[in-house]
Amino acid sequence: AEVEETLKRIQSHKGVIGTMVVNAEGIPIRTTLDNSTTVQYAGLLHQLTMKARSTVRDIDPQNDLTFLRIRSKKHEIMVAPGNVAFHLVFKASSP
Amino acid sequence: QDEDSGTEVGEGADEWAQSKATVRPPDQLELTDAELKEEFTRILTANNPHAPQNIVRYSFKEGTYKFIGVVNQLAVHFSQVGNLIPKDSDEGRRQHYRDELAAGSQESAKVVISETEILEEEEEPKESEAEAETEAGSQTDMPAAEAAEKVNEEELMTPKQPKEQKLTNQFNFSERASQTINNPLRDRECQMEPPPRTNFSATANQWEIYDAYVEELEKQEKTKEKEKTKTPVAKKMGKMAMRKMASMESQSDDITKVTQAAKIVERMVNQNTFDDVAQDFKYYEDAADEYRDQEGTLLPLWKFQNDKAKRLAVTALCWNPKYNDLFAVGHGSYDFMKQSRGMLLLYSMKNPSFPEYVFSSESGIMCLDMHVDHPYLVVVGHYDGNVAIYNLKKPHSQPAFRSSAKSGKHTDPVWQVKWQKDDMDNNLNFFSVSSDGRIVSWTLLKSELVHTDVIKLKVEGSTTDGLDGLQLHTVGCGTAFDFHKEIDYMFLVGTEEGKIYKCSKSYSSKFLDTYDAHNMAVDAVSWNPYHTKVFMSCSSDWTVKIWDHTIKTPMFIYDLNSAVGDVAWAPYSSTVFAAVTTNGKTHVFDLSINKYEAICNQPVVAKKKNKITHVQFNPIHPIIIVGDDRGHVTCLKLSPNLRKMPKEKKGQEVQKGPAVEIAKLDKLLNLVREVKTKT
Repeated sequence: AEVEETLKRIQSHKGVIGTMVVNAEGIPIRTTLDNSTTVQYAGLLHQLTMKARSTVRDIDPQNDLTFLRIRSKKHEIMVAPGNVAFHLVFKASSP
Repeated sequence: QDEDSGTEVGEGADEWAQSKATVRPPDQLELTDAELKEEFTRILTANNPHAPQNIVRYSFKEGTYKFIGVVNQLAVHFSQVGNLIPKDSDEGRRQHYRDELAAGSQESAKVVISETEILEEEEEPKESEAEAETEAGSQTDMPAAEAAEKVNEEELMTPKQPKEQKLTNQFNFSERASQTINNPLRDRECQMEPPPRTNFSATANQWEIYDAYVEELEKQEKTKEKEKTKTPVAKKMGKMAMRKMASMESQSDDITKVTQAAKIVERMVNQNTFDDVAQDFKYYEDAADEYRDQEGTLLPLWKFQNDKAKRLAVTALCWNPKYNDLFAVGHGSYDFMKQSRGMLLLYSMKNPSFPEYVFSSESGIMCLDMHVDHPYLVVVGHYDGNVAIYNLKKPHSQPAFRSSAKSGKHTDPVWQVKWQKDDMDNNLNFFSVSSDGRIVSWTLLKSELVHTDVIKLKVEGSTTDGLDGLQLHTVGCGTAFDFHKEIDYMFLVGTEEGKIYKCSKSYSSKFLDTYDAHNMAVDAVSWNPYHTKVFMSCSSDWTVKIWDHTIKTPMFIYDLNSAVGDVAWAPYSSTVFAAVTTNGKTHVFDLSINKYEAICNQPVVAKKKNKITHVQFNPIHPIIIVGDDRGHVTCLKLSPNLRKMPKEKKGQEVQKGPAVEIAKLDKLLNLVREVKTKT
């Protein structure tokens, strides 16, 4: 559907290494990376996203987390949380 | 006093022996005569001088310490405890009895045996008494005497007749008890299945509490709504449909729920790629403008293009009135020979690589407009004369409403459409102008487009007599129109012949006014957003003209060296406007700075053969979008020079608002008028 197209577009965007879709329990639904990496990322980032969201909402309950970017030396990880699933893009850092 | 008299006596006695001088001891109290004669009274009381006078006791009733009023004044000087007992007391009688027993033992014993009243008692006490008698020891007598007292006190009243008393045996005590049969005990047990248990853990964060409250609120509101809408059946049906939709959604695939998140991520990725552009858009102000005297530049930001629309020219641009980053691009073709399909794309500045919405149509789109109050409704006019309304809320690729040959479509391409205010029945309506000479008002009644011809453009002075004496009017071809911002019924129409007609919605046959504007077709007309009298027109005859609608000749004329595709007033100033030409250049004018020349004159598109077709200012941000005939839309940022506000005089506050703008333009116009009247 439309979502598939969007995901495809993101994947084909310049610099994007991989994308992942994870559901509310932390189980990856769709991924373009290999299994072990996927599982690892899904587990770790799920917890981090929950924590980040909890923090934002604790400070102001009417607020909510829009997205989360983690920039490291080698890569940049972008997480967009949703109510049901969250979406993860794994991108090479710009030099 | 006594002492005094004593000393005086003593002194008197010695008088004859010594001289008369009285000798006073050195520490004698000196008193005056009055004091000497004072009488002192002395009282003897029975108070104990050692008794304390201020005993304090705690009163629980009042909870405070209180003085005891009366203190015990008794002073004991001597006390001794004696050992005499009265004759009549118990102890005294006992002793007496003892003495008597001791005195006459045997005789009294017999008397006791014979006189014992209690015969039914056991012999043991008798025996013991007998023993007691024979022993004649005081020890046994004592318990006997005591026992006798316990059993029969009356007998003791006659101490002279000691009697045999009954004794309870204190040594051979036997206890009698009986035990009933114990009922046998039996255990009865019953065990049920344990209730199912689950572990539950949750954290109580502030936001979880808030969420719970919000849910409650929503539930309450829903119940309120349900109560309100119970009677109308139609709404019930609507709710049924909604419920069905809800259940459908829950059945759908997990992946579709990711749409929202996917969109966000896509935008994030784009933000990364176009990071510098986004930063420029927000923050970059061309510092070089200070040195550039009065000219400005246009900074290219994003370029929007889509593969599907590559061959098609941009025929229409429109910013969304509500969402300032969303704009619509209509694609079609200006080429008369090559007519193909059309596309309507809506882009957001947040995602330059892909449009948000894509609609395709069979015939090229020539114009479009977005409704101010309903920003999801887009009306388009097609090359084949049809008009259609797209509803962005519903993601169908087909238009929501479409005109057809039956419902009165134009017979020539529709060059411009514009939404109007809702009519009296709250139906949406819009106007369209086309080269078939008709200006048509379309109303959306319940789901159909109904058209009403408003005006038929006639070329004046060209009625020819046709066959059968019919008078044929050569129809003028309308190419552009614009409605007055305040005077609702008044609008301008530009035609292919180069004339501009000022018309009213109410008069269908006559024009209010005619202006001989251009030599070639008028490409665009536009009223000034602030000044109610001024409008602007551009044409393929290379000129842009600014008019005052009361005067037949233009106020300002600009020659731009190439066919002008479009003009647009800036929303922030009444004296700024932009024009685009087919040689790929964009010109920005500011009349308050320079009346005769453009303050910015910049080629914006890459290849030279690329003609720019349309330009639009963003209502909020200082950017313009420019569309060309290759299907690209370029977004440019206006440098500060181009957006100059009137300079504040020292000490005066900067006045903002339409009044100022109008005044600004008025000044200029007056200047021009003066010049004209002079010449």
